[in-house]
Amino acid sequence: MAKITLTVNGEKRSAEVEDRTLLANFLRDELKLTGTHVGCDTSQCGACTVHVDGRAVKSCTMLAAQAEGCEVVTIEGLAKNGKLHPAQAAFTECHALQCGFCTPGMIMTTAALIKQHPQPTDEQIVHGLEGNLCRCTGYLNIVKAVKHAAELQKAK
Amino acid sequence: MYSFQYRKAKSLAEAGEVLAKDDEAKPLSGGMTLIPTLKQRLAQPTQLVDIAGLPELAGIDNKNGVLTIGAATRHADVAGSKVVQDAIPALACLAAGIGDPQVRNRGTLGGSVANNDPAADYPAAVLALNAKVVTNKREIAAADFFQGMFTTALEPGELIVKIAFPLPKAAAYCKFPHPASGYAMAGVFIAQTGDGVRVAVTGAGASGVFRWTEAEQALARGISAEAIEKLTLAADDINEDIHGTREYRAQLVKVMATRAAAALSGKK
Repeated sequence: MAKITLTVNGEKRSAEVEDRTLLANFLRDELKLTGTHVGCDTSQCGACTVHVDGRAVKSCTMLAAQAEGCEVVTIEGLAKNGKLHPAQAAFTECHALQCGFCTPGMIMTTAALIKQHPQPTDEQIVHGLEGNLCRCTGYLNIVKAVKHAAELQKAK
Repeated sequence: MYSFQYRKAKSLAEAGEVLAKDDEAKPLSGGMTLIPTLKQRLAQPTQLVDIAGLPELAGIDNKNGVLTIGAATRHADVAGSKVVQDAIPALACLAAGIGDPQVRNRGTLGGSVANNDPAADYPAAVLALNAKVVTNKREIAAADFFQGMFTTALEPGELIVKIAFPLPKAAAYCKFPHPASGYAMAGVFIAQTGDGVRVAVTGAGASGVFRWTEAEQALARGISAEAIEKLTLAADDINEDIHGTREYRAQLVKVMATRAAAALSGKK
């Protein structure tokens, strides 16, 4: 067993987990933060994307033990004071979802993307979303939403 | 996943000792290949020794004509490093094209090189730039390091500490990524070095990364796309799988080499 302490959505959390526990499972099963989705078993779909120390990572491809001492933000921690993050607002306004399963991961990736590229080009958006799959293939509105999210972030 | 013991190494020496004593233990860096492998139950290590946070494996440094990058440096940090961009822009560009953003935020240079996936990008750069792989035991020349698919000169308990890339006069990397995985279907790294032109090919060799000597000879007389266009790469030693036949891949290598040569000669 591994004893871990990490910050999740601004709150310090300590737990004892099996060494093989994936961060995604820790967030979902232990902390009940089920907004982080697990959409595949092969580290390809990106639905489980969270931020670890400010960077988008696939939480299904990281051990909870590796997140020891880290700052983790999940989709539940993105809105501040009841106000949606620009990426969340943009996905809502642009209807950037069909079934919605990939959406938490898409939004977490978008939030990191517009931080790195405040005015992303179409190419930066398409390449920036390469680690996230939408099986409904609703990419057109997703790309629109990323652009809109950058605008909302700028206006903030 | 089968169960294993996770152990965060406190020092490089400790990591080396644990790994040397236990054949079934594995080092864990970014985990971008290892963790998916474990999830599929394709490996059953006794322990994972986490070396990602070791200070000995960190740092990027350009000194005396050699760019040195610590083994635990993440792909995103190589891609975003001003030092790398100034010293060997082709290497920063290569790192920016590995996998996807999430992979680049975790995966490391040392992990990729130690794994020696036949379709990984870094081995092409290491071989073309004639880099030195510095381990906790010795220095290994690129030519001796890569020994076929997923096989390297690393011994049990031996860990890559850093990789030293001699600065080339110019270099370019072009790859045809598999559209789903981002892995190279064919990737060609051309480096103009003090010892002549070196051309390394990844993604295509039946036994991993290799040097295309005919292309090196052709480019030695002057870098141009035309010099490559006249060549034919024999398909005998080229990998064949569901993604492409060996003839298709051999042609892809030629096209990627042509593009890299064109980029180097200043013509697109």
